[in-house]
Amino acid sequence: MLSWNPWGWMMMMCFFVALPCALLGVYLILRRMSLVGDAISHSALPGIVVAFAFVGDLSSPWLLVGAAVAGVLVTVLIEQIHRRTRIKQDSAIGIAFTSLFALGLVLIRFLVGDKVHLDQDCVLEGDVSHVAYAKIVSMFGADVPDALIPAGIVAIATVILITVFYRTLTLSSFDSGLAASFGYKPGVVHYALMAVLSVVVVAAFEAVGAILVIALLILPGATAYLCTHRLKLMLVLSAVHALISSIAGIYISVYFNGKESAGVVIAGTLLFLLAWLVGPVDGVMVKAVQRRKNTLDKSELE
Amino acid sequence: MIALETHDLTVTYHKRPVLYGVDVEVEEGSLVGIIGPNGAGKSSLIKSIMGVIPTSGGWTKVFGKPIQENLHRVGYVPQRESVDWDFPVTVMDVALMGTYGKLGLFRRAGKKEKFIASEALDKVGMLPYAKRQIGNLSGGQQQRVFLARAIAQDSDLYFMDEPFTGVDAATEATIITLLKEMREKGKTVLVVHHDLQTARDYFDHLLLLNMRLVAYGKTEDTYTTELLQKTYGGRLTILDEVAGQAANLPEASHYQ
Repeated sequence: MLSWNPWGWMMMMCFFVALPCALLGVYLILRRMSLVGDAISHSALPGIVVAFAFVGDLSSPWLLVGAAVAGVLVTVLIEQIHRRTRIKQDSAIGIAFTSLFALGLVLIRFLVGDKVHLDQDCVLEGDVSHVAYAKIVSMFGADVPDALIPAGIVAIATVILITVFYRTLTLSSFDSGLAASFGYKPGVVHYALMAVLSVVVVAAFEAVGAILVIALLILPGATAYLCTHRLKLMLVLSAVHALISSIAGIYISVYFNGKESAGVVIAGTLLFLLAWLVGPVDGVMVKAVQRRKNTLDKSELE
Repeated sequence: MIALETHDLTVTYHKRPVLYGVDVEVEEGSLVGIIGPNGAGKSSLIKSIMGVIPTSGGWTKVFGKPIQENLHRVGYVPQRESVDWDFPVTVMDVALMGTYGKLGLFRRAGKKEKFIASEALDKVGMLPYAKRQIGNLSGGQQQRVFLARAIAQDSDLYFMDEPFTGVDAATEATIITLLKEMREKGKTVLVVHHDLQTARDYFDHLLLLNMRLVAYGKTEDTYTTELLQKTYGGRLTILDEVAGQAANLPEASHYQ
């Protein structure tokens, strides 16, 4: 049974982290703001530092709140630079998150000093293996590691939010003008999406690190995008991508004795390459067959 | 009845004024062409009325109420280029979006909405393409889908942003038939239009705009050399044809 198997818990942890990233990533891709996830994950640092300065405990959930606030702040900053000046969004992202990251670095020394060692490896590559050694608690009649619970809550909440607000989110992503004319307030939708994204990214941050979280955001949606023209199916496929890469990723990491997060991202990348090659919509093979068919049709005409 | 009333409508963009104090009253059942040179604020006018972009002054009433209270009676057709046509939705999905306004935030589209959307698609000849992804359509077909969505909205007042841009002759004919049908049903339609040549035939009222309202009224009263020159300056050769004489007027640079 899964409950005795540490690898099983790690797969589940990866999936709980990857699933909300995958679903939100679909909308990020469609709204052409994939790199905002990158910005949010890097700007979490000052939020964590400030929250730590207040509570003085590295395991406090307030650190998550602080990080999420910083995440929203960076999206506000990006939006303001982009709206109020002639600077385009990509440059605005570059300015906003690096300055917040730098602020975080300065604040570490200033507020925290040398008392605490903030682990660099953790920021870079994250850690999921701790689920395997976490305290086991009983929940809904099952014994689960307690470290799994926050990630599980974030995953379920994200699925619910996207289901409930599917139409609002879709219409304001596709045609913000029409959405505004219906009174949907695309600005509110934008910041709500960014707030949820901040929480999700920060929850994933711990498990996979600030850099690899971007892969969790973009790979599933991008892979699904190459496989379908239907948004609902794209969301489902991105969730399937998250599931397969979580399972396969742990196997890869065990086989190569490497980092779990890296294994998950490599599995996800392989799936992307697979979709690129044999995807039913944009796949190289499908296109080649279509081209061949077109030339045959032409030669028949002649 | 007055379908649309704006008072002192003013829009600025990056602190530069785009529209100054537009006062206009549009009677119910009018088919209005919004005409003016590039940068005259034609799109900004309808976007600000719809609340898509913020205004820096003035107000708008629709059927006697502030527009926010009557949004369900207003339909909007944005410029075709304003959306990403690679978006993973089908022709049917887009037509269904027209029914979202009346559905509110949470109610799902059911049989009734699908019927409305199918009928609307049928009207513009796009029903056979209902299951196509919108990226696999020609420009004219895309515009028809947008119009079907507008029909599905079933509004009393419509704003359309350049629906005739980049469409084939068949689509142009479909659009104009549709607009006249809407007018016969007593609907009020305002259309941003860039082609002066056809404006006279298509619309019964013209709204001449160049950052300020130059004139608004029946086409026969507003399609005059004097008013068109005032709107465009001496820049358009079409003015020659209207006047039957060479236009030799100063540039309208003071409007910029």
